[in-house]
Amino acid sequence: MREINVSEITNKIKNMCISVNLDLSDDMKSALKQAEQEESSTLGKHILRQLDKNLEIASSESIPICQDTGMAVIFLEIGQDVHLTGGSLEAAVNEGVRQGYVEGYLRKSVVDDPLIRKNTGDNTPAVIHEKIVDGDKVKITLAPKGFGSENMSRIFMLKPAEGIEGVKNAVLTAVKDAGPNACPPMVVGVGIGGDFEKSAIMAKQALTRRVDKHSDIQYVAELEKELKDKINSTGIGPGGLGGDVTCLAVNINTYPTHIAGLPVAVNICCHVNRHISCIV
Amino acid sequence: MEIKLTSPIEKSRLSELKAGDMVSISGTIYTARDAAHKRMEEALSSGRELPFDIKGNIIYYMGPSPAREGQVIGSAGPTTASRMDKYTPRLLDLGLGAMIGKGKRSPEVHEAIIRNGAVYFAAIGGAGALLSKCIKACEVIAYEDLGTEAIRKLTIEDFPCIVVIDSTGEDLYLK
Ligand code: SF4
Repeated sequence: MREINVSEITNKIKNMCISVNLDLSDDMKSALKQAEQEESSTLGKHILRQLDKNLEIASSESIPICQDTGMAVIFLEIGQDVHLTGGSLEAAVNEGVRQGYVEGYLRKSVVDDPLIRKNTGDNTPAVIHEKIVDGDKVKITLAPKGFGSENMSRIFMLKPAEGIEGVKNAVLTAVKDAGPNACPPMVVGVGIGGDFEKSAIMAKQALTRRVDKHSDIQYVAELEKELKDKINSTGIGPGGLGGDVTCLAVNINTYPTHIAGLPVAVNICCHVNRHISCIV
Repeated sequence: MEIKLTSPIEKSRLSELKAGDMVSISGTIYTARDAAHKRMEEALSSGRELPFDIKGNIIYYMGPSPAREGQVIGSAGPTTASRMDKYTPRLLDLGLGAMIGKGKRSPEVHEAIIRNGAVYFAAIGGAGALLSKCIKACEVIAYEDLGTEAIRKLTIEDFPCIVVIDSTGEDLYLK
């Protein structure tokens, strides 16, 4: 049994909250640079250039890339040979988020109750997904999610007979409805299969995959490419103001499902697709 | 090709703008998001005054991240405008000149824009660091307890926007 004190997890999460809101990952940065090259509309190109400038200012002056610094979504993969000590894991995770958002001058965007809606003042609690895996390490992935794009996400419970065409329609419907609201160019996370909630969690997790990496499953990788082309031919464009680059990537995860079902979850993310991982 | 505007702004000046025009705005504007709109609506419904004179003024749908020492404001880009659609027609009928946000508006807002000769601008979503550079002063003037959602009076300089819905109802997103 390897012992890990949860205070180590608090520290990591605090630092990750701060850095992920100031710098995008390299794959996201190159995808945006490439988009700028590919965009043929003048206004679209102008917007992409501004986004590039925005990233520079964010990084050099420590101003968050976007004022919506998100609700903290955290995936924990906990090795079964790890013994966590020093207190509650959940409390340690939320303490990391609290310290990161308060000390990092990040926006506090969480309310304590969905209907009473009083701001908690420190951006806690986080949305936490835990999974027990082999080994003696803990992998932490943090993906703060802005709600302009989150609000445009959808779940479709398709019939098996609708097949792959049904899946394509579902993704395109969600993207077209999202349009300018989701701050395009978007990254589209898709979960196909499992059940209702499994598909949604897969879609969110798909957003944490590099945008320059396709699925290992060949037909899924092809579907990702085809959907990206189809989305880019909608003409929604950067900022939704028309153009060639509406999405930077479509990332799809799949899972076995029931004989009677074909769940498809579409989690839309904006160009500020923030995610960061570390292993303790 | 950028049109320079000063806020507050005359309706006659707004009527010259066309969907798709790039503008740069200087002057005074006010921020308000969901919670502030709800409070303004409650104020109006109980016969109280709004916390600022909205006539000819511009509301920016924005809730900033906190400022670091030495900064005027933190990251300060637009939020999705459609969440304010429920409250907007009433404000437009009371003389609100223009709004800055991002994303689509409802048919009711379109009608109210035409009825009042108002304008809806979009700022670049997700460019909050860049846009914060155009904000020269920031003061919370109402609903301070709402934190990021409080109403702020901003002094802006050459703040870049695009006309999305002009005073005739022409909508750039639908083109
Ligand atoms: S959708 Fe993304 S880029 Fe747009 S405001 Fe929200 S977090 Fe920022």
